[in-house]
Amino acid sequence: MADYYNSDDLERFGEVGKYKPELFRKFMEWYQASLEDGALTKREKALIGLGVAHAIQCPYCIDAFTRECVAEGMDMEHITEAVHTASAVRGGAALIHGLQAGNTAEKILL
Amino acid sequence: MRSFDDTVREALGGPLTAAGVVILQLNIGYVCNLRCKHCHLSAGPERGERMSLETMDEALRAVRRHGIPTVDITGGAPELSPRLRHLVAGARAAGAHVIVRSNLTVLLEPAAAGLPEFYRDQGVEVVASLPHVVGASVDRVRGGGTFEKSLSVLRRLNGLGYGKKGTGLVLNLVYNPPGAILPGPQKELEDRYRRELAAQGIVFDRLFTFANMALGRFREFLVRSRGLESYLAQVRRAFNPATLDGLMCRHLVSVRWDGTLFDCDFNQATDLPVEAACPRHISAFDPGRLARRRIVTGEHCFVCTAGAGTG
Repeated sequence: MADYYNSDDLERFGEVGKYKPELFRKFMEWYQASLEDGALTKREKALIGLGVAHAIQCPYCIDAFTRECVAEGMDMEHITEAVHTASAVRGGAALIHGLQAGNTAEKILL
Repeated sequence: MRSFDDTVREALGGPLTAAGVVILQLNIGYVCNLRCKHCHLSAGPERGERMSLETMDEALRAVRRHGIPTVDITGGAPELSPRLRHLVAGARAAGAHVIVRSNLTVLLEPAAAGLPEFYRDQGVEVVASLPHVVGASVDRVRGGGTFEKSLSVLRRLNGLGYGKKGTGLVLNLVYNPPGAILPGPQKELEDRYRRELAAQGIVFDRLFTFANMALGRFREFLVRSRGLESYLAQVRRAFNPATLDGLMCRHLVSVRWDGTLFDCDFNQATDLPVEAACPRHISAFDPGRLARRRIVTGEHCFVCTAGAGTG
């Protein structure tokens, strides 16, 4: 994994825009705007980001949004609850597919 | 890895030098009622270092003789010095603008009784630490109950006119990140402080954002959490040459409790006094020479030049 994920690469994110700068600029504008204070606060959005980061298991996003949560004054309790929420949704998503398995099994199981 | 000196040389074409001495910063002792996790001086109740009356008088003589415009008093908690009033009154009598850096909660200690009114009467500018607007975050860094105590003192200062337009009584606040991260944009943080403190009935003038200095108790935390290397790499990456002009070390001289002269309060923590070519004690204060001095630097200086800077 170390060869695939390098923590220094988080700082090099901008290099993704090297060949399609206009697309990257548009992405960054949208990304930043979506995280600004609105009907939801930056603090709430940082928690959503952390939860999603865990659900999609992106180490860069986990690093970035953990820092964001700390900057927003949150501690391990907040962070752990957010991770549990994300994990619970993921777990629930796997579990509900048990119905899918059941539907199939009922058709084929003697 | 390039040193701070080499990085500065590349940006400026020469070494970092002083631009003048417009502020005399007096650290009057490391004793403090708090033991903040981010303190670069590891200040606390157990610390015994305090500036003597003799050293204070030497500093006041220097202020009078050389017309130093600003005296910036810090610690530890300067309010725990029984000689603080003498120092403030002396500096004001010498015509200097006086700043006292306060952790706020110390103003609730019996030793500080009447000090807010004294500050008001002397026209002292108060620069107060309030590292975050989330109470739990402040309490984790500074100790349980600190946030509510800080708010009560801020209300009291507001009641005396501090932070209110037209009074001339300046109340500035200081933000520190709650961990090994750099501060966000100053304006954004200041707006948030203004909004959230207004909801608590509190007003202030300006918010300064300071990065945590990788020295003292904060450095111990970084070593313990195995985060020193990545924090130093983070501040190194964030080097911003635009901060060099306004660095506080270029405009002030920092006096330790024992009268030794430093380029800044941070160099006190590393015991790096001003360059040997200058007189190194307040009793031999020579602002002409000090105004031309070369600043003594170290790896920790990258913290002051990171992002928007810690001037």
